[in-house]
Amino acid sequence: MKKLLTGNEAIARGAWEAGLHAAAAYPGTPSTEILENLAQYKEVYSEWATNEKVALEVAAGASMAGGRALCAMKHVGLNVAADPLFTLAYTGVNGGLVIVTADDPGLFSSQNEQDNRFYAPHAKIPMMEPSDSQECLDFAKEAFELSERFDTPLLFRVSTRICHSKTLAETGQRTDIGIKSYAKDCSKYVMTPANAKKRKAIMTERIAAMKEFSENTPLNRVERGSGKIGIITSGVSYCHAKEVFGDDASYLKLGFTWPLPENKIREFAASVETLYVIEENEPYIESFVKSLGIHCTGREKLPWIDELTPERVYRSFFGEDTAGHEMTDINVPPRPPVLCAGCTHRGFFYELGKYSDVVVTGDIGCYTLGMVPPLSVTDSVVCMGASVSMGAGFFKASNKAGRKEKVFAVIGDSTFFHSGITGLIDAVVNKAPIVVNILDNRITAMTGHQENPGTGRTLMGEETQQIDLRKLCIACGVKEENIRLIDPYDLSATRDAIRDGHDAAEPFVIITTSPCALIKEVARRRANMKCRVDEDKCVKCRLCLKAGCPAVNCRDGRVYIDRASCNGCTVCMQICPKKAIVREGE
Amino acid sequence: MKDNGTKNILLVGVGGQGTILASKILSEGLLRRGYDVKMSEIHGMSQRGGSVSTHVRYGEKVCSPIVPVGCADVLTAFEKAEAARWLHYLKKDGTLVVNDFEIYSLPVLTGAAEYPQGIIERLKEDVDKIKCVDAARIAEELGNIKAQNVVLLGALVRSLGIEDLDWESVMRDIVPAKLLDLNLKAFAAGLSQ
Repeated sequence: MKKLLTGNEAIARGAWEAGLHAAAAYPGTPSTEILENLAQYKEVYSEWATNEKVALEVAAGASMAGGRALCAMKHVGLNVAADPLFTLAYTGVNGGLVIVTADDPGLFSSQNEQDNRFYAPHAKIPMMEPSDSQECLDFAKEAFELSERFDTPLLFRVSTRICHSKTLAETGQRTDIGIKSYAKDCSKYVMTPANAKKRKAIMTERIAAMKEFSENTPLNRVERGSGKIGIITSGVSYCHAKEVFGDDASYLKLGFTWPLPENKIREFAASVETLYVIEENEPYIESFVKSLGIHCTGREKLPWIDELTPERVYRSFFGEDTAGHEMTDINVPPRPPVLCAGCTHRGFFYELGKYSDVVVTGDIGCYTLGMVPPLSVTDSVVCMGASVSMGAGFFKASNKAGRKEKVFAVIGDSTFFHSGITGLIDAVVNKAPIVVNILDNRITAMTGHQENPGTGRTLMGEETQQIDLRKLCIACGVKEENIRLIDPYDLSATRDAIRDGHDAAEPFVIITTSPCALIKEVARRRANMKCRVDEDKCVKCRLCLKAGCPAVNCRDGRVYIDRASCNGCTVCMQICPKKAIVREGE
Repeated sequence: MKDNGTKNILLVGVGGQGTILASKILSEGLLRRGYDVKMSEIHGMSQRGGSVSTHVRYGEKVCSPIVPVGCADVLTAFEKAEAARWLHYLKKDGTLVVNDFEIYSLPVLTGAAEYPQGIIERLKEDVDKIKCVDAARIAEELGNIKAQNVVLLGALVRSLGIEDLDWESVMRDIVPAKLLDLNLKAFAAGLSQ
């Protein structure tokens, strides 16, 4: 029976049907739901790994042991995992090893728009690109076989619109294949220079075999249309191209995109009068086609910024659509994402914002939104963990210049475990007296509430060791007297901790501990807790609006609190100088 | 762009308003009627109170999962300023289903921007086919303002002319059991709009 599945659900299903044994990932939009779905299958061991490098290494170990293994990550996660990736291309696999990279053209929830297809030729590993959920499922099944056949990890490249679009897919049954035996083989798995040199020669043979496969596989297929235009395309771009050109063009639809099929491309190009390459983001296929000396049109017409859409394809080749559309001249105000009503991070940013001499290096997570006005606290956000290490570096240069900026690095619990911990050790050892603020909301929040090393639970629902952030910081060398553990809903305690950190001459850590307000049990517990404005006392100074809570409204000069979204966090109440906000409910 | 027979629905609103659930019910219903369906949704950071959109496309064979600008047969806006923000997606003579409900964005709350006045009246001047629904009030009367998404779904289903489907069984399979009764009532109320 055909079902509506997202690309992520289909990848999980396909991998399960292929007999997958082990899967690991670090959550990251748009890839997160792959592991969440895999966790429902009891035949598969699934885990949230500490970061993407760990995830790939766990999967690689499972593959070495003989199991079929998968790891999944968002595009920038593969940068973290790049170290094992490049050498795993040398060792090859035992059980099939599939690495899912979920790119985010359009930057729906990311810090850059990098095109991870280039990892395949760089690492010399085969790559597949599905264009809808059916292909996600079918390709995932085939991916493990290809990985084993060519003795190499395989890159499975998807994008936001593939991951988060529901399209029809026919599901099948699981083929239970046993876990292969393991035999010690240092020449394959111990990558000393001598061994790696030999493995590189084996890689060369493998590449030749994969090139031949690419020429003959139905994953790379030609669809003949009526016109003289030929389009080479892959992934979701195929769907957009088909939407715009329909049957008026012929298509070379590529599903196996490294190595690219040189002869098939030559033949296709020779069979059409005009050749377009329609692809999202970087001119990956186009560069290859041009390197063959074949004239084609792509990047010069298609946009380089933002995701590809049908109308962008249309506009690129046909100009503005003259059919028109409905219009209005209503001037709509912007609606940027914001910290939720009752978010545990708000009070911390509000208090930190009072200092004019601080530089706030931020990180990846909900608290990135500490940059949004009126809080406007954050100075930088680059990548996972960078708050701490960039903060340390900032201090070193600023200090050398004789400037007095105080650096506050702001990072979440999960991100700290991911890669903040290494930065903290660096700051301690290299004597950078920065304040590291771990906003611990007891969950990986932005990606939709996944477990992390601080939650005491695994992806598969088992109770496990809970890593104690405070003890961890002490172990990293932060002095006990330089650590504050506070409830961020308590503004006075938050204020004191920030002041102590600000005045400290040594590395200092503030851990704010309060569970994310959206966690179901928390929301239920706080369901009846509300704040209300006492209109008799309110002097309309609007100071409460400075915390930027979407529940605190001001209309016609009158301040009121939206009961539906308020969770009684009392940050606004503590800010109010006239005690005009009161708390209700328990 | 050439009309290839695919129907386009765009649901827009503010993160947290339940556009995804409404789209899921709609898509499942269309699937059961035998259509090819594609639905595209947005997760992650944009969901945090930002402007969100869900694309639903159906027909004999759907290619792209994205509704092209100027091609939506029906634009369903869960918040009225969002109707104006996304109106260029609506094709000429397409239908706008709009919730007469406002949510101030943070720039409005802090005074950095102004929320436009008279949105519904102005949309009525600009768009010929417009259906205005007081979904928040209807849902509140049914006992939970959060069900306004399903009220709007009912109104959308009516404007698509696909009321005859067995929506109850679709909802039974998607909506959590304890919320089913509320949502069935919300859907029926939306249908009668």
